[in-house]
Amino acid sequence: MQLTQQQHEYWSKNLRVTAILLFIWFVVTFVMGFYARELNQINFFGWPLAFYMSAQGSLIIYVVIIWYYARYMNNLDRVYDVHEGEDD
Amino acid sequence: MATPATGTGGVFSAGSNKAFKSQLKKVYTWYTGGFILFVIALAIAEQMGLPRNWIGYVFLFATVGLYAGIGVMSRTSDAAEYYVAGRRVPALFNGMATGADWMSAASFIGMAGSLYLLGFNGLAFILGWTGGYCLVALFLAPYLRKFGQFTIPDFLGARYGGNIPRFVGICAAILCSFTYVVAQIYGVGLITTRLTGVTFELGVFLGLGGILVCSFLGGMRAVTWTQVAQYIILIVAYMIPVVWLSVKITGVPVPQAVYGKVLEKVTAREADLIKDPKEIQVRDIFKTRAADASAKLKDVDKSFADGKAALAAAVAKAEADNAAPDVVDAAKKALGSYPKDAAAAKAAWTKEAALAARAAPPIRHAEAFPGKDDAARDVSRRNFLALVFCLMVGTAALPHILMRYYTTPSVRQARESVFWSLFFIFLLYFTAPALAVLAKFDVYTFLVGSEFAKLPQWVASWQKVDPSLLSIIDVNKDGIVQLAEIAIGGDIIVLATPEIAGLPYVISGLVAAGGLAAALSTADGLLLTIANALSHDFYYKMLDPNASTARRVTISKILLLVVALIAAWVASQKPADILFLVSAAFSLAAAAFFPALTLGIFWKRANKWGATLGMLAGLSVTFYYMATTQPWLRGVFGVTSPIADNIWWGIQPISAGLWGVPLGFIVIIVVSMLTPAPNREVQELVEHVRYPNLTGDTVKSLGT
Repeated sequence: MQLTQQQHEYWSKNLRVTAILLFIWFVVTFVMGFYARELNQINFFGWPLAFYMSAQGSLIIYVVIIWYYARYMNNLDRVYDVHEGEDD
Repeated sequence: MATPATGTGGVFSAGSNKAFKSQLKKVYTWYTGGFILFVIALAIAEQMGLPRNWIGYVFLFATVGLYAGIGVMSRTSDAAEYYVAGRRVPALFNGMATGADWMSAASFIGMAGSLYLLGFNGLAFILGWTGGYCLVALFLAPYLRKFGQFTIPDFLGARYGGNIPRFVGICAAILCSFTYVVAQIYGVGLITTRLTGVTFELGVFLGLGGILVCSFLGGMRAVTWTQVAQYIILIVAYMIPVVWLSVKITGVPVPQAVYGKVLEKVTAREADLIKDPKEIQVRDIFKTRAADASAKLKDVDKSFADGKAALAAAVAKAEADNAAPDVVDAAKKALGSYPKDAAAAKAAWTKEAALAARAAPPIRHAEAFPGKDDAARDVSRRNFLALVFCLMVGTAALPHILMRYYTTPSVRQARESVFWSLFFIFLLYFTAPALAVLAKFDVYTFLVGSEFAKLPQWVASWQKVDPSLLSIIDVNKDGIVQLAEIAIGGDIIVLATPEIAGLPYVISGLVAAGGLAAALSTADGLLLTIANALSHDFYYKMLDPNASTARRVTISKILLLVVALIAAWVASQKPADILFLVSAAFSLAAAAFFPALTLGIFWKRANKWGATLGMLAGLSVTFYYMATTQPWLRGVFGVTSPIADNIWWGIQPISAGLWGVPLGFIVIIVVSMLTPAPNREVQELVEHVRYPNLTGDTVKSLGT
């Protein structure tokens, strides 16, 4: 079968949002992790910043990334008419 | 989208998905309320004089009985029900089930303890075991759900065509899952023993009964509904003591929000303890003892003979001098307690030499990548990041987790379900670092500096239970506890928190029941993965494609029993280095599955030979690196070249996936480019999984 223009567009939008979210994930995890000693100089409500991020802040960002992806894609399914039936 | 179950009645089936969801909410709300009432009733019974071991028995039998009850209610022999719970599990509940499936005995009991012992560097586990779900959400869960088969090797078989990729997948799935399940059953044995005082072996088999009655009767369907029940117990059990401890120390019942201030106090206290003269004195004693022992170990036979001769001479001298009887007795006693032979002496001295570890000053809890110089700090940072990477990619590659996303009613719900999974896991994981800091504060301020004559009750009771978990000895004989005199095992942090916080024994029982729930739920998921890989993928897809549904399910049940018994037998041998094997499972899974699964979805050109060789290459290099750098595996494989020659870039064996994952990607890409592209059908399958609903789709979805 041949994919329509619309279907191609859906997939490239999916790839775009995936790449953006993956980039955020990478920065939060590895870039901040790499500079942990420097970030730890900053005090964040009692926590050294890198400690806070690794113990709590990054986790919250991960949850938000997944929440946003689910919301964005479930919406995109409808806009591009590739969504499933209603009973769920 | 899902076909409602037909025929079977009971709580875990209903007409429409909507009705089913609201029914589930009702059932589990009642269940949670009932469980809390049960704990309160036990607390009252304790106040009225119910003995402690009775509380243990009640918790053990009530919870395992409950899981068994759910198992019996959900019994089934329908293939879709048995393998994927009928694909009717709503996102929220699949999230809870995944949470329980994911959080093992190591997360529940070991995590806070590791954080206590390792400080900042331990946070690699927190980051790795949560951030991996981003990869699950973005790269795998929705697509696997659309693919809609039963197992992970199924996907490899269909996408890459033929039995070879499937077979590699089966082997890798069993390799990762089996070591992991042995560790869970080991954990079940330990907790059952703690809770009731039965022997370890009996504990293992009691726990095994609880696991089997569930997965054996109802497969994925029973396991799912039990895991939801287990999640509720384990999260309640984890939170109560931590909240209580937080109230005791900070006056605020939200430990996660306020432990920053406690961490500041711990950091200040660490600075004092590092330069405290009494602490230095104790550490110096350890240093001397370790150095003495190391010197003796250089020539064991000679030191043994010399030591024995010196003691014998002392006895002879005391008797010749007609010394006071107590002096003679002391000399005789010293001779009597001397090691029997050179081998025993060697063992004793090796133990003494290990005291060198306790001669080091305490770590600074919040310091990132500690090390003696910049080079050491660099290696520490590199290993931290490598471990985070391997744990994350491994999370997104463990078959027993990925399998759970086959069970939701739709792609839409699969996406939401990953969110709920991480949310429920997050609740425990952002609490564990708080618990570690609170426990450290308690030990550093209340226990350190107290008198040996007035040690708190919990210290005495745990020292009696297991000296390897807690031992405090007055090394410098000043009658005051120094930090360096405390030897603490990681597992005690969670297990003893109720007592440290001054809670009644019933909460200790609850915590043990929570640990049991964590271990049982993970073991269930893993056993099912192994049995399905063997029965569905190996037997049905490769050996006998004409087997009837009933026959497949029966074979799966028999295999489950066999695998469970083998795992229990291995666990009852108390294998050493079990913790290493569990961590190794992440690196192995990451290298074996992640490249082949993601490229299979995102790159149409990836083909059979690329995937097969990529998986093998990733697995081999990961395994090779471990075998040449990990002490226990080196022993198994007889590797004698020095570790330093085999270490690449200073990376620890636990993070061997750092080499396997990129190599897997490279090999798949290079080999696929060199061999013909996959056929039209496979390309259409890839398109099929990319769109939740594709107009003009030629591939029939099996999942809907």
